[in-house]
Amino acid sequence: MDLFTIMQAAEGGVKGIAAIGAGLAAIGAGIGVGRIGGSALESMARQPEMLGDIRTNMIIAAALVEGVALFAVVIALLQG
Amino acid sequence: MSCTVRLTNKILSLILLGFGLFFSTSSFASSEGEAYDAKEFAMHHVADSHEWHIVGNVSIPLPCIVIHDGLHVFLSNKMPEAHHGGEAHEAAAIHAADTTHQHGGDHTNHGTAITTHHASPAYNGFYYNESGKIVHEDGGFLLDLSITKNVATLLIVAILMVLIFTSVAKAYKRREGQAPKGLQSFMEPLIIFVRDEVVKPNLGNKTDRYLPFMLTVFFFIWISNMLGLIPLISNPNLTGNIAVTSALALMTFLLTNLHANKYYWGHIFNPPGVPGWVKVLLVPIEFMGIFIKPVALMIRLFANITAGHIIIISLIGLIFIFGKAGENLGGGFGGAAVAVPFALFMSFLELLVAFLQAFIFTMLSALFIALAQEEHHHDDHSEHAEAHH
Repeated sequence: MDLFTIMQAAEGGVKGIAAIGAGLAAIGAGIGVGRIGGSALESMARQPEMLGDIRTNMIIAAALVEGVALFAVVIALLQG
Repeated sequence: MSCTVRLTNKILSLILLGFGLFFSTSSFASSEGEAYDAKEFAMHHVADSHEWHIVGNVSIPLPCIVIHDGLHVFLSNKMPEAHHGGEAHEAAAIHAADTTHQHGGDHTNHGTAITTHHASPAYNGFYYNESGKIVHEDGGFLLDLSITKNVATLLIVAILMVLIFTSVAKAYKRREGQAPKGLQSFMEPLIIFVRDEVVKPNLGNKTDRYLPFMLTVFFFIWISNMLGLIPLISNPNLTGNIAVTSALALMTFLLTNLHANKYYWGHIFNPPGVPGWVKVLLVPIEFMGIFIKPVALMIRLFANITAGHIIIISLIGLIFIFGKAGENLGGGFGGAAVAVPFALFMSFLELLVAFLQAFIFTMLSALFIALAQEEHHHDDHSEHAEAHH
């Protein structure tokens, strides 16, 4: 299958490409938020007296990562 | 004991709310009498509309305010219903074509002619187009200032906030020096939380200057998020509307940049301690960063709330997909057995998200404003770094 036929297939209405993209972004965001949560838990266990600060920073970082995944969601919605 | 009773009460009421959503969607879908399109249904649900759908065929018409050759004010139920690609629209289009043929260019007459018979597909020449927007038969320019569902929700939130906060403020004046009571003791921990945990760690001694804005933003977002979780009032998706979140983000953008000091602009247009060729790369990136930060705020809130609404409505939609829109009753019950617990779980999660998004928006706004007013101690940092090397 050469490039032309692939492009033709894509133009001929391959549905759900945007959904696959959103899924890939969700993988990335999952890894990101998972790492943030994991390290936050580790540092909370190590220094329970810093619990409040760590939690706040964890939420901020998680929100920033999540924002990227939501960009993908918005693009997927726009693409249909 | 009383605590557990209260908890079970809460759980019961939430289950009832879940069932409310189920019934409202079921009657809506069956009234359509056509194949269930999950995607269209979800998109319709999160979009703005000119009527406030309550349950089944019951919906509250909202006032339409349209400027087109003068001001027109009428209720939305005067116009034909906006079924997507349905007969009403086609009829309206045909009717529009008919009237223009009959009347020619005589616009002053045919407006009154149509109002006389109520069942006409277009009201005063106004009808909904395919995307649910109000258009006029002559296709001319039209300014739509209608009180839509989102505008009505916005007004409700505004009224709620004015009522809550004026009564709380009055209570503080009346009961000066005494312990808080009633609504006051519910709001006080929240206000203290926003001040001490969200704003003060970022803004420090400038907290009091920005606290009114931060509290307004926090409670506005939180209350609108929570209103969006009540199924029987048709889940108004206020903070899941990009226009609302962009207005909120614009406030943060203006506050950040209008109150910024010279070091903020210096860091953007002339980053200190950076070689010239890196500046060529860095300055455009920093300049884009001015706009990307509020845009990210806007998209985060919009997408989080919209995604929550779509997930819940899609889970409920599983019932109709499995039940083939009423043909397969067993499949419908099977779908409900899967979908209702999941929807309930997502609703609980959305309660958390509603608070979290208000928190994040306020926190990041405070952070951006604080960063733009940071005093000049970056040179100290770089000197320290050089000393270490």
